[in-house]
Amino acid sequence: MTTILAYPFKNLPTTSKWALRFAIRPLSCSSQLRAAPAVQTKTKKTLAKPNIRNVVVVDGVRTPFLLSGTSYKDLMPHDLARAALTGLLHRTSVPKEVVDYIIFGTVIQEVKTSNVAREAALGAGFSDKTPAHTVTMACISANQAMTTGVGLIASGQCDVIVAGGVELMSDVPIRHSRKMRKLMLDLNKAKSMGQRLSLISKFRLNFLAPELPAVAEFSTSETMGHSADRLAAAFAVSRLEQDEYALRSHSLAKKAQDEGLLSDVVPFRVPGKDTVTKDNGIRPSSLEQMAKLKPAFIKPYGTVTAANSSFLTDGASAILIMAEEKALAMGYKPKAYLRDFMYVSQDPKDQLLLGPTYATPKVLEKAGLTMNDIDAFEFHEAFSGQILANFKAMDSDWFAENYMGRKTKVGLPPLEKFNNWGGSLSLGHPFGATGCRLVMAAANRLRKEGGQYGLVAACAAGGQGHAMIVEAYPK
Amino acid sequence: MVACRAIGILCRFSAFRILRSRGYICRNFTGSSALLTRTHINYGVKGDVAVVRINSPNSKVNTLSKELHSEFTEVMNEIWASDQIRSAVLISSKPGCFIAGADINMLSACKTPQEVTQLSQEAQRILEKLEKSPKPVVAAINGSCLGGGLELAISCQYRIATKDRKTVLGVPEVLLGALPGAGGTQRLPKMVGVPAALDMMLTGRNIRADRAKKMGLVDQLVEPLGPGLKPPEERTMEYLEEVAITFAKGLADKKISPKRDKGLVEKLTAYAMTIPFVRQQVYKKVEEKVRKQTKGLYPAPLKIIDVVKTGIEQGSDAGYLSESQKFGELIMTKESKALMGLYHGQVLCKKNKFGAPQKDVKHLAILGAGLMGAGIAQVSVDKGLKTILKDATLTGLDRGQQQVFKGLNDKVKKKALTSFERDSIFSNLTGQLDYQGFEKADMVIEAVFEDLSLKHRVLKEVEAVIPDHCIFASNTSALPISEIAAVSKRPEKVIGMHYFSPVDKMQLLEIITTEKTSRDTSASAIAVGLKQGKVIIVVKDGPGFYTTRCLAPMMSEVIRILQEGVDPKKLDSLTTSFGFPVGAATLVDEVGVDVAKHVAEDLGKVFGERFGGGNPELLTQMVSKGFLGRKSGKGFYIYQEGVKRKDLNSDMDSILASLKLPPNSEVSSDEDIQFRLVTRFVNEAVMCLQEGILATPAEGDIGAVFGLGFPPCLGGPFRFVDLYGAQKIVDRLKKYEAAYGKQFTPCQLLADHANSPNKKFYQ
Repeated sequence: MTTILAYPFKNLPTTSKWALRFAIRPLSCSSQLRAAPAVQTKTKKTLAKPNIRNVVVVDGVRTPFLLSGTSYKDLMPHDLARAALTGLLHRTSVPKEVVDYIIFGTVIQEVKTSNVAREAALGAGFSDKTPAHTVTMACISANQAMTTGVGLIASGQCDVIVAGGVELMSDVPIRHSRKMRKLMLDLNKAKSMGQRLSLISKFRLNFLAPELPAVAEFSTSETMGHSADRLAAAFAVSRLEQDEYALRSHSLAKKAQDEGLLSDVVPFRVPGKDTVTKDNGIRPSSLEQMAKLKPAFIKPYGTVTAANSSFLTDGASAILIMAEEKALAMGYKPKAYLRDFMYVSQDPKDQLLLGPTYATPKVLEKAGLTMNDIDAFEFHEAFSGQILANFKAMDSDWFAENYMGRKTKVGLPPLEKFNNWGGSLSLGHPFGATGCRLVMAAANRLRKEGGQYGLVAACAAGGQGHAMIVEAYPK
Repeated sequence: MVACRAIGILCRFSAFRILRSRGYICRNFTGSSALLTRTHINYGVKGDVAVVRINSPNSKVNTLSKELHSEFTEVMNEIWASDQIRSAVLISSKPGCFIAGADINMLSACKTPQEVTQLSQEAQRILEKLEKSPKPVVAAINGSCLGGGLELAISCQYRIATKDRKTVLGVPEVLLGALPGAGGTQRLPKMVGVPAALDMMLTGRNIRADRAKKMGLVDQLVEPLGPGLKPPEERTMEYLEEVAITFAKGLADKKISPKRDKGLVEKLTAYAMTIPFVRQQVYKKVEEKVRKQTKGLYPAPLKIIDVVKTGIEQGSDAGYLSESQKFGELIMTKESKALMGLYHGQVLCKKNKFGAPQKDVKHLAILGAGLMGAGIAQVSVDKGLKTILKDATLTGLDRGQQQVFKGLNDKVKKKALTSFERDSIFSNLTGQLDYQGFEKADMVIEAVFEDLSLKHRVLKEVEAVIPDHCIFASNTSALPISEIAAVSKRPEKVIGMHYFSPVDKMQLLEIITTEKTSRDTSASAIAVGLKQGKVIIVVKDGPGFYTTRCLAPMMSEVIRILQEGVDPKKLDSLTTSFGFPVGAATLVDEVGVDVAKHVAEDLGKVFGERFGGGNPELLTQMVSKGFLGRKSGKGFYIYQEGVKRKDLNSDMDSILASLKLPPNSEVSSDEDIQFRLVTRFVNEAVMCLQEGILATPAEGDIGAVFGLGFPPCLGGPFRFVDLYGAQKIVDRLKKYEAAYGKQFTPCQLLADHANSPNKKFYQ
């Protein structure tokens, strides 16, 4: 009953906007242009598509993001993920049994809980009848979790999805060397004492050297920081520019934190420790202080330092997405629509971190929008140098022509609309969890600052990238 | 294929690598002295740093010519005199090349050793000034930094190199029969230690940037950049310059020390080298090794050791003097001229004289996954050609694919490739047993067994499935291409591509065109060969083409010599001491006795008594006893897995005894035996030129040296005639003709050269 009622209600503002635009257009434009999607005016269309269900974000939360090795260091990833899930349950009061499916993103996997979504869901008290799976796509894992959910809802498979992400960098799986593993596995199979002894006699001390996970590309063996430094150099981004941008991120994050804008953060009572209530990586410093740091990757003359890079972070996030009619039927007031999204990929060596540059114009074109239509930009900040290199790439006709197959440049996102509440540089970047933070930041900013469209974009290891349009839910 | 499995061994031979170092030198000689502006070098000042840019006009590479030298001196004097300038950066304007070495033409234009010595001393002087420069100079290196280029770089106070694949450092002079003549023999030992310096100078090897950093040859590395606001190469150069400027400033402000921290091993080596006894031992060891490897045929390596020794033991003044004098002497040697000739020839054979083909070959198909087929596949996939490898049997195909994988994996082990690159390269290869996908092939290379009817069969099968534009190339060592093409519907698309085994090591590709082969087909085949990294000679069709045909009479003489009772070991040592990389008897074993027999019979039929001398019965008997050479474990020698020592096959004694001929004592001295082999080779090569099989002597020399292992120190058969004297060779031939008969009759062209001493193959 409510559903039926909701439909005309939802469509009402939409139609009226269209009507308004059509009324205005003939006055200003030639009639031939009428067919073209008009998006310049402040009165915009909605991005609803015929015959496709609208997907809405009811709400989203995250644990405070902490520097790895601090308060979360004794936890396991599913503990963090569980905290985000319980936080979401608490925030939204969604009945556990209506959740159709749970999807989480994560990058460095704890082998014991390789399907961390399921372990966390069970622990958080979700119904054991709710299936869950885990996805991985480097820094855009949570984005992948959300868009997977969007797909499930849009195709009519599900109505209510919890998506999220988790990363615990305080503890990473450090393995025995391959030789040691092989020896141990063979020992397992050995039947007689003689076989065992002969295997043990093959043991050498160097077998004990451990294998550490590296934040390096498998295909190129280059660490991401190194690639970022080269990218910054390729776009001639100076050290000072990078430090200034990092300082901006920290200052804005501090301001947002102080003003209580980071409403997606839910307190987390860490077992055996104090309750953690806020992110602890926000540390606005001074340019002089930052200038003193030595380069972290390309030594001794590189420009990427600890101060202008995102730090290793522990954290989890979760978001409740639903089919619009379901949300309305349940009496929710959604925060935003999740609209068009786009995944891109390019050369993992020299264009590792340029994902946003490639994804942004594509998703805008797909949605029929332009840069001017976007009121809130939320880009993932892996490194200051990466953000600034993306800016320069987006602002370059040469780059657009030679590498993107475009006639003109993408255009620069206006800085006053860009990551206004801080970003990964200052808030932190738990690889698997950042995506939901970006979406919630965009949604919350649209509500707070006004505006209709937000653009979320991120780069990821493997030379991949993602962008998504978040549309404010009409108030 | 006659032309050899064995010759892979050549590649171990250092003089061979010459020809690998890409674009060592250019022959650019723009003598525009009238112009007032500098053409090779200019400089700008950024803050208090002078940025000196080297840019030889109209050339892809920078070379140290007289003009460049004098402009450099001028520029440096200005920099030293200027009050505003506190430091300098040396950089090239060409992305792929810092300085590729000295101008070869400048050196070969010199008539006397004194002239060369003088050039060397001038270079020594300016580099010494540079070394003692009161203002720090930073060399910013991107691309090849070879020979004189490296000598210049190591005279600077600091070196920064890009970690690009193109960036290589080395002193390859030894490969041209010379030595580093601009202070390199004196500075290198101080910089990287005596053992490493000797290794660099004696092998001429190219050193990649990361290795150079570890050795202490460069002080900093700069990673090449990807696309940004400018093309990657351009921006990388800019970035290199920016980094170099910061370091130049740091050096001038004394914030950065040019001294390098040495590792423990390095310190220990350096300490050991301060003990005279240890030094003497090192010199002795190296000398012994060099003597063993060069067999006294190459004078340069010993002189290099000598000069290094002089510098260390008697001080640098004596060292510099000795360096310049020995440099002068070496440049004038026959060996140096021969090696430089080969260098020029190689440059020539790296060009496509038929121009660009109408259609680029992108899809290649290879028939037969044997040693040759798989080898061709290997050098194709790593250049990005989509390659189908087809064989008749699964076991054959497996073996072939494994060979390709192993070839790539060996590169991974040597760190020339990453395992990831290996996998992505390997994905260019498709192994199959049928003709699926041939409809997309632009070129098919068949490497099936050497049997005319089989070749005819596959040609017909292939022509039924390939598109119209597709080229059919045959990899054969002796079957005439026109006979293979006889059954073709489109003979203009048929061509011969004779690869040498092992394909990934042997640089030569002999392309054979028939009367009917179209120009575009030739252009396409050469383009593919060049892409595969080959040095290419193009010859006319005929029995044995060029390479096999030259080898056959020599092989006939090998049999004759063995029949006359010369021990195979003795024969091997005679041939290697003449400069062949592989002994003659070993060569037969490596090639395969059955293959040799096959070729000897085929060509014997065509050429009759000119290919006579030895009795092919020897080969026939060997084949019947199963002595097929290395592949069957027995030939003239016994081959065992894992055993390095080669023992003579005693079962051969009876065969040799049954065919024994009395030696002719007048023509059986060691020298005569060597010349009997070589003159027959040379005579046949000249005959090929006379008959038009060969288009140029240069191609003949390249083919003989790169394909057959003709002694590089002699520069190839034609260079050998020029340097040794046609008359002397004809005299020898006539002497042997008198003893043996027509197989030694000098050909007309050789006789002409003997009659008019001014006639030279190379003017």
